[in-house]
Amino acid sequence: MQCHVCKKAEATVHLTQIVENQVKKVDLCEGCAKEKGVNDPTGFSLADLLLGLGASQKMEEATTAAGTETSCPACGFTQADFKKTGRLGCSECYHVFAEGLESLLKGMHKGTQHKGKIPAGHKRGTTSKSRLDKLEADLKQAIAREDFEQAAALRDAIKSARKEAQAA
Amino acid sequence: MNVLDFLSSPADACRRNGPNDKIVFSSRVRLARNLTGVPFPGHAKKPDRVKAFETLMEAVSHLPQMGSEPLAEGMDKLSAQDKQLLVERHLVSREHAQKNAGSGIVLNKEETVCVMVNEEDHLRMQALRPGLQLKQAWLAIDAVDSSLQEKVEFAFDSHYGYLTACPTNLGTGIRVSAMLHLPGLVLAEQINQIIQAVNKLGLAVRGLYGEGTEALGNIFQVSNQMTLGESEAEIVERINKVLLQIIEHEENARLFQLEKKPKVLLNHIGRAYGVLSHSHTITSKETMNLLSHLRLGVDLGLFGQTPKAGVDELFLISQPAHLQAGRNQKLDAEGRDALRADLLRERMKLLPPPDPAGLPERPT
Repeated sequence: MQCHVCKKAEATVHLTQIVENQVKKVDLCEGCAKEKGVNDPTGFSLADLLLGLGASQKMEEATTAAGTETSCPACGFTQADFKKTGRLGCSECYHVFAEGLESLLKGMHKGTQHKGKIPAGHKRGTTSKSRLDKLEADLKQAIAREDFEQAAALRDAIKSARKEAQAA
Repeated sequence: MNVLDFLSSPADACRRNGPNDKIVFSSRVRLARNLTGVPFPGHAKKPDRVKAFETLMEAVSHLPQMGSEPLAEGMDKLSAQDKQLLVERHLVSREHAQKNAGSGIVLNKEETVCVMVNEEDHLRMQALRPGLQLKQAWLAIDAVDSSLQEKVEFAFDSHYGYLTACPTNLGTGIRVSAMLHLPGLVLAEQINQIIQAVNKLGLAVRGLYGEGTEALGNIFQVSNQMTLGESEAEIVERINKVLLQIIEHEENARLFQLEKKPKVLLNHIGRAYGVLSHSHTITSKETMNLLSHLRLGVDLGLFGQTPKAGVDELFLISQPAHLQAGRNQKLDAEGRDALRADLLRERMKLLPPPDPAGLPERPT
């Protein structure tokens, strides 16, 4: 089993936490476990780890593997900018960097589908066709470069998006 | 407009009360929103940022929820001291206080709604309430958000919800928080356990001024971290439940100390009274920690009928900007420490010495 943080070494530290009745698991190698301060399992929050570990790393993997440095056509924001600031440039960035974001958001939040307030005039849970197309294209790329972890995340995202579209 | 004149006096500000305010100073709900089609403030070019600023200052200051005469000012129009006053009142973030032209604030007269324009997002709108009133604060800011949506269009995606500069705020853009005074849990050395337990529930515990600040005066902020995948009402309800439990633990910790280690408890309160009454130079940090014990003494009845508002006012007016408010000359740290001690000595004369007879009867 691979370490979730460095994705290189063999994972020897296995953490299981129950957050709101959901079991969450993280597997780490010894080095990363030490670095993240996972010597005391009681004082350790999965969220902290998942947030800190690599927002940028995940995004980078997704895009560099695709062979090009992606930048947002609307505002010119790049991968490197995200790595530097941890912020995005504009609302369009969320679609441009969707692939890397999906797994990042998964670790950060309770889900990736918004369940809160919606502006008057918007219909709940209708995923736009363009978003679905983008996710499917990303999925194809991920499969092509044999990044199956990313592919699985995208598959789940597409599945849930389709379900919402039907329910709406 | 002069911020000092606009704000209520520290005495009035501290007289506001609410449910559970022995332990919960205040409740706050903030929403992050961005205009559609305009880059987020951190990445926007100057003309875009200025345009967003003008549109939003105009729209927000005329909302019915902001009342007739809100304070609406660009950050470049405020002095460093004004900005610091707003930070000490918890009306603007420390990050926002660093901003200048192209950023601003709109604050209503009651100081219950405060909107930051061009902070990390185009809008950071917050509602504040004394004591534990998260739901009321949410309803208040929800109303502000809804009226504003009639005037401007926010960046929204049916999958991701409201789009924010930082992915950690995505979805609802909501941050629900309460400021707690937990001297009992600190004295009983249970605070770390509580913080760990709260962290595990997906909530963050921070110091007095939010992210990366120290828990001075045993004051802690508890807030949600996850904003996507849950509705606002669910988030508010979840935090509320956790806060009620923390309150119960704090109350128990106070009773436990009272029963098992009354001398330790009385010693802390008595020494706090002594130092605050007789010092001639005192740092802000020491003051906060001593005032925390003094407030605990008031809560426990050691100071007769003295209202807690008196002590809360001391918390506020011993902060650097409040301490120097109305003075033209800026003091250095040494000067502030002396001024703070003078002020505290004067104010402490009004407070009778702690009387152990006032302690609640110990259960037999």
